[in-house]
Amino acid sequence: MSTDKLIEKSEPISLCMQADLIPNSGICAELDGQQIALFYLPRESPRLYALGNWDPIGKANILSRGMVGDLDGRLVVASPMYKQHFDLLTGECLEDTEICVPVFPVSLVGDHVMLRL
Amino acid sequence: MLKVVVVGNGMVGHHYVEQLVASKVEAQITVIGGETRPAYDRVHLSEFFAGRSPEDLALTTRDHYRELGVEAHFGDMVASIDRDGKTLTTDSGQQFSYDKLVLATGSYPFVPPVKGNDLEPCVVYRTIDDLGIIQAQAKGGKVGVVVGGGLLGLECANAVKNLGLETHVVEFAPGLMGVQLDSGGSAMLRRKIEALGVTVHTSKATQVIEQDAEGEARLRMQFADGGSLATDMIVFSAGIRPYDQLAKDSGLTVGERGGIEIDYHCKTSDSDIFAIGECALFGGRIYGLVAPGYRMAEAAVSQLTDEVVAFQGADMSTKLKLLGVDVGSIGDAHGKEAGSVAYTFSDERIDVYKRLIVSADGKKLLGAVLVGDCSDYDTLLQYFLNGIALPADPQTLILPYNAGAAPALGAGALPATAIICSCHNVSKGDIVNAMDAGFCSLGEVKAETAASSGCGGCAALLKNIVDDELAARGLEVNKAMCEHFNFTRQEMFHVVKVESIKSFDELINKHGSGRGCDICKPTAGSILASLWNDYVLEEKHVGLQDTNDTFLANMQKNGTYSVVPRIAGGEITPDKLITIGQVAKKYNLYTKITGGQRIDLFGARVQHLPAIWEELIAAGFETGHAYGKALRTVKSCVGSTWCRYGVQDSVAMALYIENRYKGLRSPHKLKSAVSGCTRECAEAQSKDFGVIATENGWNLFVCGNGGMKPRHADLFATDLDDETLIKYIDRFLMFYVRTADRLQRTSVWMGTLEGGLDYLREVVIEDSLGIAAELEEQMDSIVGSYQCEWKTTVEDPERLKRFRQFVNSKAEDREIIFVEERGQPRPATEAERIQILAESA
Ligand code: SRM
Ligand SMILES: Cc1cc2nc3c(=O)[nH]c(=O)nc-3n(C[C@H](O)[C@H](O)[C@H](O)COP(=O)(O)OP(=O)(O)OC[C@H]3O[C@@H](n4cnc5c(N)ncnc54)[C@H](O)[C@@H]3O)c2cc1C
Ligand code: SF4
Ligand code: FES
Repeated sequence: MSTDKLIEKSEPISLCMQADLIPNSGICAELDGQQIALFYLPRESPRLYALGNWDPIGKANILSRGMVGDLDGRLVVASPMYKQHFDLLTGECLEDTEICVPVFPVSLVGDHVMLRL
Repeated sequence: MLKVVVVGNGMVGHHYVEQLVASKVEAQITVIGGETRPAYDRVHLSEFFAGRSPEDLALTTRDHYRELGVEAHFGDMVASIDRDGKTLTTDSGQQFSYDKLVLATGSYPFVPPVKGNDLEPCVVYRTIDDLGIIQAQAKGGKVGVVVGGGLLGLECANAVKNLGLETHVVEFAPGLMGVQLDSGGSAMLRRKIEALGVTVHTSKATQVIEQDAEGEARLRMQFADGGSLATDMIVFSAGIRPYDQLAKDSGLTVGERGGIEIDYHCKTSDSDIFAIGECALFGGRIYGLVAPGYRMAEAAVSQLTDEVVAFQGADMSTKLKLLGVDVGSIGDAHGKEAGSVAYTFSDERIDVYKRLIVSADGKKLLGAVLVGDCSDYDTLLQYFLNGIALPADPQTLILPYNAGAAPALGAGALPATAIICSCHNVSKGDIVNAMDAGFCSLGEVKAETAASSGCGGCAALLKNIVDDELAARGLEVNKAMCEHFNFTRQEMFHVVKVESIKSFDELINKHGSGRGCDICKPTAGSILASLWNDYVLEEKHVGLQDTNDTFLANMQKNGTYSVVPRIAGGEITPDKLITIGQVAKKYNLYTKITGGQRIDLFGARVQHLPAIWEELIAAGFETGHAYGKALRTVKSCVGSTWCRYGVQDSVAMALYIENRYKGLRSPHKLKSAVSGCTRECAEAQSKDFGVIATENGWNLFVCGNGGMKPRHADLFATDLDDETLIKYIDRFLMFYVRTADRLQRTSVWMGTLEGGLDYLREVVIEDSLGIAAELEEQMDSIVGSYQCEWKTTVEDPERLKRFRQFVNSKAEDREIIFVEERGQPRPATEAERIQILAESA
């Protein structure tokens, strides 16, 4: 999806700067009381992924501290609590497809990380 | 088209619908459910109190049924059946006609006919709506009573306890779980449950329930023995009764004590009407578990196809975790069969009880009871289900490991009929057939047979069988660590070393595929650290570390971390103790002396870690690597300096060893200890490498283990001087680091070395491989490049950025909540957390 279209439609908010991101890893941001896990994978397309930070299985705000990688071709983050994998694009839990965490549209505009809840 | 109407949309009714949709039968399906919501997972009902929402528990949705073309009505009970006209009418007056009717009406909780059982906070435990009521009633109450000490009653007691009420279980019979357990097992279960703070009353008959006149609580229960109990809520969980009134009213045959009678085909006395699940009576028995219900559903569906399967009863063995206590019951737990022989093992120190019931000839397992330790359940169940001949000394099956117990049943010993996955009813034969058809990898077998896609309890056994079958076919067992590398850890180590690879990217580009995962990344990270000892948070390594290694602390259950400073050899000055106390107070940390002779500080928020460490480092502390696959502790005893019997300075040696190997990254954690004489107060023989003083020097022991499978260390060399001792340890550790598999402790690694201890001695002492010098050199270089990772971290503003809770605000994570216990903070339980958040909102 092209970034300018996104802005037109929903006016995403600037969450943080590109320099705050950690390549191949996650950080956490907050917007309106929602905790967001942001992952920056410079070699992938898209480069940015945003999921809810709450791990519904581990019951803690920790997904941003999980390890990223791929399984069967799907980009995933492994929860640092009990190691279940969540799809970075859809939020789906690979081990239990009934469980899903929220995903948010996110993009880099200039130096800004823009996100829409 | 064939009109099929399913009455009741519980777990079994829903399974029937799914099976029918998946079959080739062309049918127009109508579902009528008495509850207001579509089928949900009743088995995991209690998780509602742990925060699982009704949506999480749902097995299906209205939309899903719509997509399947199933017509569904909820919140309306079927009131009557007109069998001649083949129609039925619901409470709300709707009428439906059917060609085939399926009764899946389940059961309801039995409420004993005690006077007062209808007073306000008397409730039952069966549906999501019940849970809502229980939750509401628990608010403001202090005491909760569960009537019934069976399987469901105890599960319910757990829920009541988690709601924060003082919990009592009142049971009519003399013991808990009388159906599944013998008296010994039942007594052990009681001990364990009482230890958890639940009060158990057995042989108690309730006579009357009344408003509490003394005003102590809402209600008071009067017992037949004259005693009484004040309580704010009573949950009845005293058994279930089938919903069979509808069947009775329409003239179907119903058992004397309830239940709709069915035959092998799940047909009732009217051959166009089936009954399945907990409302059905088969062979004089109601099956109160979900798996038999599923088998009935499948048998009933098969009646509409040309491939008819019969329901032939089902095994009622169960394995449960009740209130955190492991309980297992297999077959004839009470030893009812004539001539049967029982073996009992009981250890009151660790509260474990195990009992085997064996046939008179000693060949067959008839039943088993396990309380406190269910690790033998899978093996015993296979013996039982498949009638496998028992070993000559059956008791070895339940004795603790170190008594020379029989090994777990090998995959090869199982017959083709052995059920491997009971959730999906997959036998060993099904797995072998799938492999014969060309689905050979574990993943393919799973996808093809559905094995291991339910509760997951069979995963280990499934893998054993696949590996065993592969080996039997002369195919190579896939030892690849994950989908990204076709290597074992050992092979990866060699590649990294030989090609001098310095980063994960380089490694995966040259030798792997994809982007890596949480298995290969930390393995590579550990190997890179063992070989080149770079700072672990360097940018190129950052993504390779597990959260514990990334944040240099261990994650706790609520997302906070523990802080473990190194206290080498367990020796600590008063000033350092004071610092630890001050830091803990300032950051509100829970402190505890660990089993490794040091002090753990728990509950640190991620954003406080750097400040905590700054203060600890200023007082002279270093990281204890409690988070790393690395050297943990070197325990010491006080030794010859103080002890009357000590023959060497064990403290000094422990300090030297701990400081030498601290920070060494290895396939798994490493522990050591040094004792000052043979009394062995430091328990060196339970360590990966242990040292015991002698009159002439030191004895070195290797490959011991505490933990899950304790192993006594082997005596490796005797009467060594200081220098030789260190030389041998250098070589031993480096050889382990090089050759062990990922997450393999030294004790397990020893088991994989062909030639065992003698071989290890040849390599380390006699240098049979000619690599001793290289091993020592490598160790020297690691020792020489040691840095305290926390020191490096707090000195680098770039690194500190990682430790922000939020990049865009200074707020705290408000969902991390502590409560006080024994004068210290502890994480709030799930129920407390939900309640505190709700109150603050
Ligand atoms: C804190 C402590 C318990 C305590 O309160 O005393 C502890 C706590 C943990 N142990 Fe332990 N173990 C602790 C001493 C032990 C001991 C006793 C000892 O070292 O003398 C053992 C048995 C000895 C042994 O390892 O051979 C022990 C055997 C285990 C095992 C089983 C290892 C095995 O080979 O079977 C695990 C699981 C694992 O490593 O995979 C484990 C894992 C853990 C973990 C890391 C579990 C986890 O992932 O959260 C715990 C986290 C520590 C934390 O958050 O800081 N812990 N653990 C002890 C810390 C010692 C220290 O100062 O570093
Ligand atoms: C707390 C708890 C824990 C459990 N744990 C386990 C476990 O660990 N392992 C295990 O195997 N089993 C367990 N069980 C038992 C398991 O849940 C049942 O065996 C299973 O749900 C039975 O399924 P069913 O479809 O036959 O009945 P149900 O799930 O009871 O469904 C029957 C449905 O039919 C409806 N109904 C009744 N009459 C009518 C009517 N006239 N018209 C329309 N609808 C009607 C009912 O309202 C109900 O919704 C547990 C049960 C509970 C309550
Ligand atoms: S091991 Fe020996 S030296 Fe150490 S405390 Fe015991 S008796 Fe004393
Ligand atoms: S036994 Fe539950 S998934 Fe196999």
